[in-house]
Amino acid sequence: MSTIPTQIASGSASATPGQTIGPFFGYALPYEGDADLVPPGSPGSIRLHGWVYDGAGNPIPDALLEIWQTDADGNVPQAEGSLHRDGWTFTGWGRAGTDLHGHYSFSTVLPGAAGEGRVPFFALTVFARGLLDKLQTRIYLPEHPANAGDPLLVSLSEDERATLVATADATGLRFDIHLQGDRETTFLNYG
Amino acid sequence: MTATTETQADLSAEIAKIEADAEGQTQEGKPSRQPLLDYPPYRSSILRHPTKDPRHADPETIELWAPCFGHSDVDPLEADLTIAGSNEPIGERITVSGRVLDGEGRPVRNQLVEIWQANSAGRYVHKREQHPAPLDPNFTGVGRCITDAEGRYRFQTIKPGPYPWGNHINAWRPAHIHFSLFGRAFTQRLITQMYFPSDPLFALDPIYQSITSQKDRDALVARYDHDLSVPEYSMGYSWDIVVTGPSRTWTEPEEGDL
Ligand SMILES: [Fe+3]
Repeated sequence: MSTIPTQIASGSASATPGQTIGPFFGYALPYEGDADLVPPGSPGSIRLHGWVYDGAGNPIPDALLEIWQTDADGNVPQAEGSLHRDGWTFTGWGRAGTDLHGHYSFSTVLPGAAGEGRVPFFALTVFARGLLDKLQTRIYLPEHPANAGDPLLVSLSEDERATLVATADATGLRFDIHLQGDRETTFLNYG
Repeated sequence: MTATTETQADLSAEIAKIEADAEGQTQEGKPSRQPLLDYPPYRSSILRHPTKDPRHADPETIELWAPCFGHSDVDPLEADLTIAGSNEPIGERITVSGRVLDGEGRPVRNQLVEIWQANSAGRYVHKREQHPAPLDPNFTGVGRCITDAEGRYRFQTIKPGPYPWGNHINAWRPAHIHFSLFGRAFTQRLITQMYFPSDPLFALDPIYQSITSQKDRDALVARYDHDLSVPEYSMGYSWDIVVTGPSRTWTEPEEGDL
């Protein structure tokens, strides 16, 4: 990497407030190939999928999720081409709307650790009708040895930690999102 | 659409009470989150807001970078929403332009901006149930562009109409354009809505009012900009957007930062 972060800048100007994505994004934001960071079934590919639920346990059919991740070797991708995927370039970013059953699915690779002792994860943003601003969180890999030393994971209760760690299934990983309720997903701020 | 019995007067009373409570909180030194995620006047938010405060995380490397988009992703013609059909769309032609800046006032360059909106009659090109306003065969209401070296975006479109939305009896959204923005870091991702000056529906709209301070609400309203109006063609509106959140800084200045 040619540019190395030396410090973290948060800025002082007032942020433009967010607003809900509303119900009508479906013909504007999703696009062909949006959720396929790598071609499904290609060597090394996994499916990352799950369901999004509201506080009554009902699936949310009008949510939009975005993931952003390192490549399999832990590098931060800085290649364009997410909107017109060529099938060969890994851009690290993808978008998936939920279907009528609240289900989403990405085709991607497992993220690598960004450095010695770092913990790999997918960064996740959640938008939905009824949700007035974005939510952000992380999807950690199941039983990754470095999880035990991750500052965020160790700061959480066992129940909270469980909401941020994916489970392995036959095709890759499953990660459900609960916007509210007993199993409410732990969301993050970075301020 | 589910039948609702609450009137605008019921909703307006709820809105006023929450705003008064929020002012009280600000005086106690606890500024409320903008917008409030737990905002019952927006009925759809009731089961869709987290009840716990977000947990603080120190951003990791990936979160301090943003996904990269470029000119191979977006055709420059996608910034003109008036050329989707074989004829001109119906409505008041407008030019909307502004800059995307980070919290330190630096331009967010070469980054993706996406918009979507209703047509001039207040109708979206969307399969979900909607009111029976006309569709316009020459208008899809979807646009994209990449910001330039100054962080500037520019769209050519038509002014969207207000539309009814069933939140309560006689609920109408103020005219707006949805904006999706990326910053210099993943932490700065933003989806929001741009409104038009002096809309009489502002006071009545639970989504706009979910931001409980007038100053912050004002930040979502574009300014009529005569210098942006195109002679014999369109009305100009300018609107700048500030995306904040931790980002990386550079050991060497970027080209143009000097
Ligand atoms: Fe809308």
